[in-house]
Amino acid sequence: MNVNPSGWRPDMGASEGGGETETFTGNRALMLEESLIFELGDTGTTGVDLEPKPSAATRLGGLERNRPIGLAGLTEPQTVRHYTRLSRQNYAIDLGLFPLGSCTMKHNPRLNEKVARMPGFADIHPLQPTDTVQGALALIEMLGEWLIKLTGMHSVAMSPKAGAHGELCGLLAIRAALEARGDAREVVLVPESAHGTNPATAAFVGYRVENIPANERGRVDLDALKSRLGPDVAAVMITNPNTCGLFEPDMAAISEAVHAAGGLVYCDGANFNAIVGRVRPGDLGIDAMHINLHKTFSTPHGGGGPGSGPVVFSEALTPFAPLPFVERQGDQFTLVEEESAGEHHGQSFGRMTAFHGQMGMFTRAMAYILSHGADGLRQVSEDAVLNANYILRSLEDVLDAPFGASGPCMHEALFSDKGFRDGLGTLDLAKGLIDEGFHPMTMYFPLVVHGAMLIEPTETESKAALDQFIGALRSVAERAKAGDQSLKAAPVHAPRRRLDETLAARKPVLVYKEPEQAEAAE
Amino acid sequence: MRYLPLAEADRREMLRTVGANSVDDLFVDVPEAARLSGKIEGLADHASELSVERQLGTLARRNMVAGEVPFFIGCGAYKHHIPASVDHLIQRGEFLTSYTPYQPEIAQGTLQALFEFQTQVARLYGCDVANASMYDGSTACWEAISMARRVTRRGKAMVSAGLHPHYVSVAKTMAKFTGDTLDIALPQLTDGAPGDDMERLLGGIDRETSAVVVQYPNILGHITDLSELAARAHAAGALLIAVVTEPVALGLVRSPGEMGADIVVGEGQAIGVGLNFGGPYVGLFACKEKFVRQMPGRLCGETVDAEGKRGFVLTLSTREQHIRREKATSNICTNSGLCALAFSVHMTLLGEKGLRQLAELNHAKAILAAERLAQVPGVELVSGAFFNEFTLRLPKEARPVVRAMAERGVLGGVSLGRLFPGAEALQNGLVIVVTETVTDQDVEALAGALEEALA
Repeated sequence: MNVNPSGWRPDMGASEGGGETETFTGNRALMLEESLIFELGDTGTTGVDLEPKPSAATRLGGLERNRPIGLAGLTEPQTVRHYTRLSRQNYAIDLGLFPLGSCTMKHNPRLNEKVARMPGFADIHPLQPTDTVQGALALIEMLGEWLIKLTGMHSVAMSPKAGAHGELCGLLAIRAALEARGDAREVVLVPESAHGTNPATAAFVGYRVENIPANERGRVDLDALKSRLGPDVAAVMITNPNTCGLFEPDMAAISEAVHAAGGLVYCDGANFNAIVGRVRPGDLGIDAMHINLHKTFSTPHGGGGPGSGPVVFSEALTPFAPLPFVERQGDQFTLVEEESAGEHHGQSFGRMTAFHGQMGMFTRAMAYILSHGADGLRQVSEDAVLNANYILRSLEDVLDAPFGASGPCMHEALFSDKGFRDGLGTLDLAKGLIDEGFHPMTMYFPLVVHGAMLIEPTETESKAALDQFIGALRSVAERAKAGDQSLKAAPVHAPRRRLDETLAARKPVLVYKEPEQAEAAE
Repeated sequence: MRYLPLAEADRREMLRTVGANSVDDLFVDVPEAARLSGKIEGLADHASELSVERQLGTLARRNMVAGEVPFFIGCGAYKHHIPASVDHLIQRGEFLTSYTPYQPEIAQGTLQALFEFQTQVARLYGCDVANASMYDGSTACWEAISMARRVTRRGKAMVSAGLHPHYVSVAKTMAKFTGDTLDIALPQLTDGAPGDDMERLLGGIDRETSAVVVQYPNILGHITDLSELAARAHAAGALLIAVVTEPVALGLVRSPGEMGADIVVGEGQAIGVGLNFGGPYVGLFACKEKFVRQMPGRLCGETVDAEGKRGFVLTLSTREQHIRREKATSNICTNSGLCALAFSVHMTLLGEKGLRQLAELNHAKAILAAERLAQVPGVELVSGAFFNEFTLRLPKEARPVVRAMAERGVLGGVSLGRLFPGAEALQNGLVIVVTETVTDQDVEALAGALEEALA
């Protein structure tokens, strides 16, 4: 039993920086240290009571386990306490503003959680006969219709499991469409400011990736793009609004030029929150766009997923969309799978996941959409953009805003580390913000700006919350500009000080080993 | 609007600070032609919480709920009892509403839970290391095939006939574009022994083979020793990929890692995650330590902080898209964090003792149910060795039988006709899963419904 899992012992002396009295346990009042389950529990403990098994001769073909697994168990009270203690070491939207640019960390309505847990949605199997899941299929179709209308596109594929999976879906459809016309192309063009998933996805599908430069206003350089277009370019992937938080005003012209050169246009919809209800991407000539339900439509991010990334398609790409999908015939809903696709959807590029997509996210997104309605969604994008501009203009006197002079931003405000002194950088400012009780903004992204800080407040913040954040950021920025070296030690009030990421990567410890095992491995 | 805190007065004041007359001024970069002047047509306006709950409740009630009927459907998604505390814990706002743990000092809760999850998965699968989760089993399976290509620099995968046909479909979709070759076959309903498929796989391994992909227990529920396959694959310089869709089985049977599998992937839904009509689920991904730098997805690792205290961070991110861009091992970004947490909480509650008891209970119930169903006139048990899922051969096509049983309020398994459309030899096959949620009365209801539907 490990009393003080932090590793600190009284003979190590007081820690630097904190200055507070060390405790016997390593705890600091409500900040509680917590051991690993493998240190707390053992393989003979369980937190479940099961009925006795009936008597039956086993039929395992001689494959019975003959070695222990090493899975520690805890009783229910221990389990509840373990995870409750762990939870308190996390920052979360429920605790405060979460200004991660391009991540759209907005409030997660609890009605959505309730709806997703209705047994009629949560306790149905993907392989039930379709007659027994008509309500579920109806919901998928209903959400799909909203997404089509909100984007002004022609069709929707609901099965992609997250944003990057949606990108994959879009590029597979593009590749299938090009191959169907016997026009294999090799290159996908991606702006330098794009999310890393864009080039990774293009490469995953077998394309060579080339960068498109940006102009001095932070937008795609239309002339440079046009001069690169040609018979080898399969597609252009554009994020709009882009990752500098700016709308691409030439989007329609870009689409036209790409189409004229025989290519197709993929739009990364990660930033759809800025324009939902006000702009339909379909009116800008794009061919495919994924929608992160876990961003714009508020499904919780859960510490790294699950997400959901439906993809809307133009008419040109619709025949190539993946299986399965829901089709409505009068009052009846059917599931078009491999079997029935032959007759009228034979060009589909196929299946990209085992079942029908993230139903649990569809129900949440549908509740969100119905709650807001057409009028509320329009207000969402207006407030999101207003909040971001309020931050931009309230801080541009203290932080460098590289594109601040070119006009308003959309849903996120971009700053650089210009003017920070004596070796202080964006990382130090971010860690200083942690001590002020805020999650930092997106750091060092997009790559086109030095020491980038990308701030997306979202529409679910009050003016008071924004003012408090602005005050805190202003204070930390002033320290960075004054060369205040104490920022190098930040955070000092978080559950942990700065963590040694180099050590973690150089000597990876990815699983727990019991002390005797670990020693043997040395 | 209950989710939007700005009041009109706030908006006016903020517009003044911004120097704009109206919010429209903030959208100046949007060309006039692309701007919508009013609301999008055909969509309703905002609604009260009560109204939304009513609308969606109406749809929910149009579905037949697994927990309310005799239920025997598996084939890649399994109904197990989930302790109440699992859902309670994952709904804590600090887990539910947190982000990917990029700022480790204020994400130790998520990171430590992921480290524990990785350890549980690696141990369950009999592997050295595991990642922080994938979308689901089917995408994890393709990522494993893709990883084997990177490790071996070969592009031909031998795929077992017992791999879930939807997983095969996903792999086929991707292979069309990546140039990988997949050697695939249909399972057979003639014999419970794995003979033919095993011979095919063993005979097909050669110097161009990147990996052999085999599901354990397989789509028909059968379990087979993988040791010889592992040895033969290794002798030819190929990897063995094992796919597990029912992790509870590993409480009772030997893990694929112990039998020599190099990469073990699968669906983790059965532990801690509900059926959810197919998603969200959680893909599990584990392998031998020597391949760790070719793994896809997030990895959580142990380190120390500036005071020497133990802590956890995301690590080896030079494999990943946000650093490596087009040279990344995968394009995956968001994975299935909250489902991984649910898996881990449930696994912690079970512990090794509980997992073993749960597995034994499933196995015993399944054997008794199989014996009972084999007494239904005309019905034959195809499976030899199995865990909690087995295959029956009916005297006629199974698909209409499943529909007929559903009309009688029994969700009586998955017809192989649904899974393998067009495969004539499989049309009479019916796959049944029996978990701890099934009662003796449920089994009698199924036997009765089956007999009636066959009559």
